[in-house]
Amino acid sequence: MRSKTIKVDYLARVEGEGALYIKVKDGKLADVKLKIFEPPRFFEAFLRERNYTEAPDITARICGICPIAYQMSAVHAMEYAFCVKVEGQLRALRRLIYCGEWIESHALHVYMLHAPDFLGYPDAIQMAKDHSDIVQRGLQLKKIGNEIVALLGGREIHPVNVRVGGFYKVPSMQELAPIAEKLKWARDAALETVRWTATLNFPDFEQDYEFVALRHINEYPLNEGRLVSNKGLDISIQEYENYFIEEHVQHSNALHSAIKERGAYFVGPLARYNLNFDLLSPSAQEAARSAGLSPVCRNPFKSIIVRGVEILYACDEALRIIDQYEKPEKPSIQAQPTVATGFGCTEAPRGILYHRYSIDGKGIIVDARIVPPTSQNQKTIENDLWQFIPKYLHLPDERLTLQCEQAIRNYDPCISCATHFLKLHIDREQK
Amino acid sequence: MTIKRKPKLAIWKFASCDGCQLSLLDCEDELLAITNRVDIAYFLEATSTVRKGPYDISLVEGSITTQHDVKRIQKIRQNSKLLVTIGACATAGGIQALRNFKNVNDFISLVYAKPQYIETLDKSTPIANHVPVDYELRGCPINKRQLLEVLSAFLHGRKPNTPSYSVCIECKRRFNVCVMVSCGIPCLGPVTHAGCNAICPSYHRGCYGCYGPMETPNTTSLSSQFSQLGLDKDNIVRTFRTFNAYAEPFRKESEAYEK
Repeated sequence: MRSKTIKVDYLARVEGEGALYIKVKDGKLADVKLKIFEPPRFFEAFLRERNYTEAPDITARICGICPIAYQMSAVHAMEYAFCVKVEGQLRALRRLIYCGEWIESHALHVYMLHAPDFLGYPDAIQMAKDHSDIVQRGLQLKKIGNEIVALLGGREIHPVNVRVGGFYKVPSMQELAPIAEKLKWARDAALETVRWTATLNFPDFEQDYEFVALRHINEYPLNEGRLVSNKGLDISIQEYENYFIEEHVQHSNALHSAIKERGAYFVGPLARYNLNFDLLSPSAQEAARSAGLSPVCRNPFKSIIVRGVEILYACDEALRIIDQYEKPEKPSIQAQPTVATGFGCTEAPRGILYHRYSIDGKGIIVDARIVPPTSQNQKTIENDLWQFIPKYLHLPDERLTLQCEQAIRNYDPCISCATHFLKLHIDREQK
Repeated sequence: MTIKRKPKLAIWKFASCDGCQLSLLDCEDELLAITNRVDIAYFLEATSTVRKGPYDISLVEGSITTQHDVKRIQKIRQNSKLLVTIGACATAGGIQALRNFKNVNDFISLVYAKPQYIETLDKSTPIANHVPVDYELRGCPINKRQLLEVLSAFLHGRKPNTPSYSVCIECKRRFNVCVMVSCGIPCLGPVTHAGCNAICPSYHRGCYGCYGPMETPNTTSLSSQFSQLGLDKDNIVRTFRTFNAYAEPFRKESEAYEK
């Protein structure tokens, strides 16, 4: 086979701007680069000198797809710093709004970004011409997720109602009731999502990954827990920076995260599922089993089924929270800023999102650090491509490119998130 | 605009969070109907299909922060009959325009060990600083109802109806009790462009100005009100310096309070 180079200058159906570069020499794979060239936006730099109360609104703007994840990691970090404990119904409402984000983000990815790869369409709009019912189901699921976020947050993108200590305003039971009715439909639609995605064709591809996710004592993880892996990691989130490092790679505007002395790791739905199967709702466990998924799945292409399982879990959990809801007396708990450092790590739809802030005595941020999930998966995505491409080198370029893009989309990469991260690392090197 | 074939719609991204273009995908009930009326010729977040220009309508998200993007927006302008900026980044430079208030040389040497690897301009600027813009849609993020209104208006050859009065008018229409008058909560509503339907005061917090300045805002008067409510100079600067920090009325007001 001759030598050749395949370049995809702008990856489609990912959030943000990335490119793929593959070099084949004498019939063998010689180089793979996932390039992230989204311009850096300096978030950690301009968070300095801002008030701690502004962190949830400012960091939400890192990502329009998962603003709740940024808001949740930010408020948990601040509450850790100031020893504020948000419990009871306020804590439950936070889980509820996060369920909304999981539903809308996963439905977007499953139906509009990833499924077209499996069925051979350039997008969900073309797919809808042949599979109208399926695309409509995805859109309606996404809509219900968005409705939860909009009701609790004020709007779907960059919600305004999340604050350190709780919310600005909490909903009445009457406001939540109509959502519960819609969630009953959504549960069935989620179940159907699991069934349908399980019928897709999956490449035979498994790797010995190190999966990393939060683990909580009695609930499937959203906002809290310890960081665990299938290879023995079990740490509190405050220890994150002792165990994880970043490697500077010249070809990308984002750094590659790694576990010290072990290397690449895998975050996101598949990691959460593998490490927390026992904590899924009974119906989500049952749906996974019926779809042929074992409690441990090492095929990243099957992430699409696992996203369906997590949509179902999020619907179950949202219904449970609404069912047990009583309006709290106060919408938030007062925080008293002190000189402190706070840590927050929550499960964004794409995987763990780590925040650390140092605050002065007046509540002003003096240092900020944010590690988004896509930077953490970057090394694993490239490793997958190294293993995956040699099996498909016989394919024509166009077909091979599609296969690679599908493999990248397994991780639902959010490149807008990943990019701001580069300058942070260099910031640290400078010290 | 009278076009017999389906008009070609393109959606472009510069420095941004992707949220404004996501607003189009968030039109869950309307999305498939929209695609019956327009040909989505370029929308990388949603489709691998890329059709060449010229485009009838280009929606542009994000601000200009690299030399490469300076050139890219010029090509997009040449290829577009109508160019509409969507959101605070494209219209005012966005949150990333907070860099514009720093001495950029100090800033870069503080942040970068190897600045030669990073391609970035010293300022984050709105699209209109680089090419003529036909229409600006405000917001961080934009309101998807307003996006539908703009698309519908251009498809029917009429002017979009997106009012330019302040958030205060929207608050009155929702029968909200004024958070500043009744609770002493600082609120940018009196100087902020309408469009969100007064979400923040409806959730019992002050407007933080994500739709940017309205026409002829009286920011000076509002700042003195903030002082009376107990905001110090630093906090007044922060209040005007968020997602539309580089929009002129907000920029000038924050600079007036900066030592």
